[in-house]
Amino acid sequence: MENSTHKLEIFRGLLKFKSNEQKIWAVLLFLSIVTTIEVALGISKPEILMNTFLSAKIINWIFIILTLVKAYYIAWDFMHLRDEKSGLQASIVITLLFLIAYLVFILLVEGNYIYDVIYEGFVSWNF
Amino acid sequence: MSSTISTTIEEEDLWDGGKRPFKAGYGKLMMWFFIVSDALTFSGFLVAYGFSRFKNIDSWPIADEVFTHFPFLHGIDAPMYYVALMTFILIFSSVTMVLAVDAGHHMQKEKVAFYMLLTIIGGAIFVGSQAWEWSNFIRGEYGAVETTGGQIFQFVNEKTDKRVALKDFAISGPSDRFQHQINDGVWYSYEATLPSYTVQEVISGFNSNPNLIIKTEKIDEKGHKIKLSREESLQKITQAKNVVEGANLVRNEYGNRLFADFFFFITGFHGFHVFSGVIINIIIFFNVLIGTYERRGHYQMIEKVGLYWHFVDLVWVFVFTFFYLV
Repeated sequence: MENSTHKLEIFRGLLKFKSNEQKIWAVLLFLSIVTTIEVALGISKPEILMNTFLSAKIINWIFIILTLVKAYYIAWDFMHLRDEKSGLQASIVITLLFLIAYLVFILLVEGNYIYDVIYEGFVSWNF
Repeated sequence: MSSTISTTIEEEDLWDGGKRPFKAGYGKLMMWFFIVSDALTFSGFLVAYGFSRFKNIDSWPIADEVFTHFPFLHGIDAPMYYVALMTFILIFSSVTMVLAVDAGHHMQKEKVAFYMLLTIIGGAIFVGSQAWEWSNFIRGEYGAVETTGGQIFQFVNEKTDKRVALKDFAISGPSDRFQHQINDGVWYSYEATLPSYTVQEVISGFNSNPNLIIKTEKIDEKGHKIKLSREESLQKITQAKNVVEGANLVRNEYGNRLFADFFFFITGFHGFHVFSGVIINIIIFFNVLIGTYERRGHYQMIEKVGLYWHFVDLVWVFVFTFFYLV
């Protein structure tokens, strides 16, 4: 039966727990801390993070990475993916990662291209 | 191990082919199928949002300037605090859901029921918060004017650098204009609610108030909206064509029209998921109470609805990032 045993550790075994309930509360604490960091950064918007890196602001990269971290812990611990067979994990994660990355790449490049076309003078900013 | 297994396993868990792919129950695997496809739907929406945003990268509304309300803090500029609160509520209701699943593995009926109830309450609070957010967004706060080209002008006090609401400077004149309703003329002809002021009233108020300048949709290199000088403003205000108050699917006072459309569509679609999640949770809650799963010998159903509920939380994490933070 699935989940007959839970893997009771997070952060690659750095933190070990006695019971599943304990692990859940620890994950909640972790997710709350990450969210608090995100909100604090979003409100204060430190000037040093507003510089551009790889065609996006550094602060936006931080937001995206923190979001993926949160998504990982929600899927792995709340949705019990940590306890599933690796085949099931892979068929969910690889499918989504591949298709979404593909979609993001195509549409963002295209959006950027349309912006360039408009910006370079075919349509002027119309008051 | 601390987590004990529920007792019935082997025979009835086998699929009809006599196997158990991925060592997972049929219902659970089907829930994962649904979640993967639904995740692709949501990413389609969010990527479409990204597309429109990249297309208008130098004029997209800044979320911090749009979502500034917090309950009971009227007139205080509180960007993001409210959505942050909503995020915490949803994460917390996710935790109570996992606790319910965990209690289900231990066959503790009362605990399952209690945690399901907490989850339902958390979900209901979240949906209510979203309704409040929507009503603020639709009502708007300051008002703006729209030009012939579809650009939005907002008004700022040059001295204090604060936004100024239309009602604070527009000069109301006598007007015979009233909303044309269905019973006034031919039955198929009617129009939307009229804004509180006409374009002429706003323009004359603007001209007679020397502190006012126009804030455009354009963004400078530092990520701030560009404000025009008083002279430029006086010149540009003549191009105003519509008064815009709040937001609907056609125009909104915050800036680009697509911004409001995506807001309604994405948060609305997510809110609908939360709503149906709450309904499903309520059904399961009553099933727990009347002992359906106790008789069945296992609480796998809690695990399946739990997966759906966590998925809704997972989607919100992304909506939060891409709508409010980035």
